[in-house]
Amino acid sequence: MKVMAQMGMVMNLDKCIGCHTCSVTCKQAWTNRGGVEYVWFNNVETRPGQGYPRRYQDQDQWRGGWVRTKRGRLRLRAGGRFRKLLSIFANPVLPNIKDYYEPWTYDYETLTNAPLGDDFPVAQPKSLLSGKPMSVEWSANWDDDLGGAPEHGESDPIVERIRRESEDKIRFEYERAFMFYLPRICEHCLNPSCVASCPSGAMYKRVEDGIVLVDQDQCRGWRMCVTGCPYKKVYFNHRTGKAEKCTLCYPRVEVGLPTVCSETCVGRLRYLGLFLYDADRVTAAASVADEKELYQAQLDLLLDPDDPEVIAAARRDGIAEDWLDAARRSPVYKLAKVYKVALPLHPEFRTMPMVWYVPPLSPVVDRLVETGHDGEDVGNLFGAIDALRIPIEYLAELFTAGDPEPVRTVLQKLAAMRSYMRDVTLGRPANDAVAEAAGMTGAEILEMYRLLAIAKYEERYVIPTAYEGQAHELEEIGCSLDVDGGPGMGGSGPFGEASGRPAPVSVETFHALRQRQTSDDLVDPGERGATVNLLNWDGKGRPAGLFPPSRTDHPAPIGTTEPETRP
Amino acid sequence: MTTLDVVLWGVLPYVTCAVLVGGTLWRYRYDKFGWTTRSSQLYESRLLRIGSPLFHFGLLVVIVGHVIGLLIPKSWTDAAGLSQEGYHLQALLLGTIAGISTLVGIGILIYRRRTTGPVFMATTKNDKLMYVVLVAAIVAGLATTLLGASGGDEHNYRLTVSPWFRSLFVLQPDIEAMSRAGIAFHLHTLIGMALSAVWPFTRLVHAFTAPLQYLFRPYIVYRSRESGTASRAPRRGWDRV
Repeated sequence: MKVMAQMGMVMNLDKCIGCHTCSVTCKQAWTNRGGVEYVWFNNVETRPGQGYPRRYQDQDQWRGGWVRTKRGRLRLRAGGRFRKLLSIFANPVLPNIKDYYEPWTYDYETLTNAPLGDDFPVAQPKSLLSGKPMSVEWSANWDDDLGGAPEHGESDPIVERIRRESEDKIRFEYERAFMFYLPRICEHCLNPSCVASCPSGAMYKRVEDGIVLVDQDQCRGWRMCVTGCPYKKVYFNHRTGKAEKCTLCYPRVEVGLPTVCSETCVGRLRYLGLFLYDADRVTAAASVADEKELYQAQLDLLLDPDDPEVIAAARRDGIAEDWLDAARRSPVYKLAKVYKVALPLHPEFRTMPMVWYVPPLSPVVDRLVETGHDGEDVGNLFGAIDALRIPIEYLAELFTAGDPEPVRTVLQKLAAMRSYMRDVTLGRPANDAVAEAAGMTGAEILEMYRLLAIAKYEERYVIPTAYEGQAHELEEIGCSLDVDGGPGMGGSGPFGEASGRPAPVSVETFHALRQRQTSDDLVDPGERGATVNLLNWDGKGRPAGLFPPSRTDHPAPIGTTEPETRP
Repeated sequence: MTTLDVVLWGVLPYVTCAVLVGGTLWRYRYDKFGWTTRSSQLYESRLLRIGSPLFHFGLLVVIVGHVIGLLIPKSWTDAAGLSQEGYHLQALLLGTIAGISTLVGIGILIYRRRTTGPVFMATTKNDKLMYVVLVAAIVAGLATTLLGASGGDEHNYRLTVSPWFRSLFVLQPDIEAMSRAGIAFHLHTLIGMALSAVWPFTRLVHAFTAPLQYLFRPYIVYRSRESGTASRAPRRGWDRV
């Protein structure tokens, strides 16, 4: 057993309202640059729908992820090492920019330069790739909220697959339509096929927290990773010629802050925390013969952080105590492994994805209420889950390789929680039979309810900061010349203003954000008179270094410091 | 043997070599971020998938041809029982096929570059210069291959160019042998040296990092976080804005 830690995420789809705040803040933070205009590290897609890039889930077309060979070994679906090198001069299955969308801007200048006339001037869309006028025909969220579903909905690969089995099961008529939102980031897989596809070895999984990153200095732009990732979450920066991907906001996570998408999520539906897993068994778990057993195999990889044997092995493998503590408090471990209400996205890709989803129950409840039933009665709910087979089959294709059973169990647990908690909230005696019907106890339901419904910031994001052994490096070590009146006074280094080593951006950001979050007043005397990153400052609080150090301790009498030397 | 011969075949090769090696080291040290294929496949795939393999595989055969022609002495192939005519036949056959596919390949790629809007937009001046030198080298090379077929000692590069090329490595350049070669060979060699000299400063550097190690490494790469926080230890330089 080799214990490794993995930073994971759980998203509760019941709460997602599809507001795209996560996408927008992520884009502002990471991809508001040339060359990645079309890139959304975080995107929210409406299901059913084609997704982004279009039909990315159809691996017959895009050839991402792993396949199991007849001899039971794993092989990249796009071909092994030799095949990769032979096709390196022109990747046979690279998505075209049109499969994402052609980025554009508007010719705003005509709005101000147009001559006077009867017509209003119009800002024409212009392609950011060719600079030519273009007609906007597709974008990252063109089919948002089932927009165009009667026409495009059939192109959803999952709809296609379910249709093959039964012509009648999925309809896009208004009366029979259903939808939910699926926010997606990089899955930071345990068995990442993008990493395996990179010929240069520029992509790697971080040993400490399992975050999958691209070494920008080592990437040579062979673009095999784009093909290798079945979720199409590695993107090609067409300006720099390098691959880029979601970083799980590692500069934030390293100092204990949640990712930007989690921090800004309006519905507070994201959870961040640690998984401990057995790295020795990953390949074996990913090679399970039956696709439908992949979910269970993935669950079995996750180790119980309270098990003394696991703790001993983790200590042996160099996992710090505060990380073990964080693993014990991990909300994602509880949702995925203890309550078993979070499911991985497309386990059949065999990459062991580490972003998990609590499937949505709401359409079931809404449907019951519409038909005049009591939407929160457990009997009705359980019955409805089975009767409304459309969502279950669809969800099963997304989360359990088509096996409806785990999805049904999860939905029953969520339904039981609603029913149980209604009794509690209305002051009626709690009905433990409801809990038992879903295979839980009343106490468990209460705990799960607490985590899903009212967990606070610190409970939703349990993120251990940088390692104990490196903790001292996080502290800013004062300059020895930084004494009153010394040459280092005011944050200058030994060779004048801004010389010496700058404070790491993550440290600076951490201090600025902490100050902003904790300060009530607008003025807070700072100590260091260095520079401050105004981009991190929103006017609230006073980050250290915004103004020079206060001189109120020894006020200089006006007029005495500079004697007049007029001739 | 004139002064010009000495400069062209005795001095220039070493200058070129210094620029190639020094430039590559410099580029690798200071511009790892710019060291990439700068692929434009995202914009256009159809023509690239014909042109690019045609060009690259053609070029690989051309490189093998150069290695055989320049590094293996005539005496060796003679000893192996390969007659001059036999050698020429295979060199002509292989060289012409490889040369033409390289030329057709780069032709398709340049046509694609010029006619596909986004690809043309992404073409830098550096690229344009590189294409001129590269195409010139290929055309001149193909010309020498065809000339070599016509026979005659002045076109037999294995008696002129190859001994000179090998003599460069032992720092005893055989300038006299090279000066006997025909004008086409002189031209091709000069363009070749120009290509080597600009190589480190163009996108062609990606060839130096051909990822052969991929065949031997485990699929999943793990890396430990570098010490400190964020990406890397801060370097001396301008403050971040």
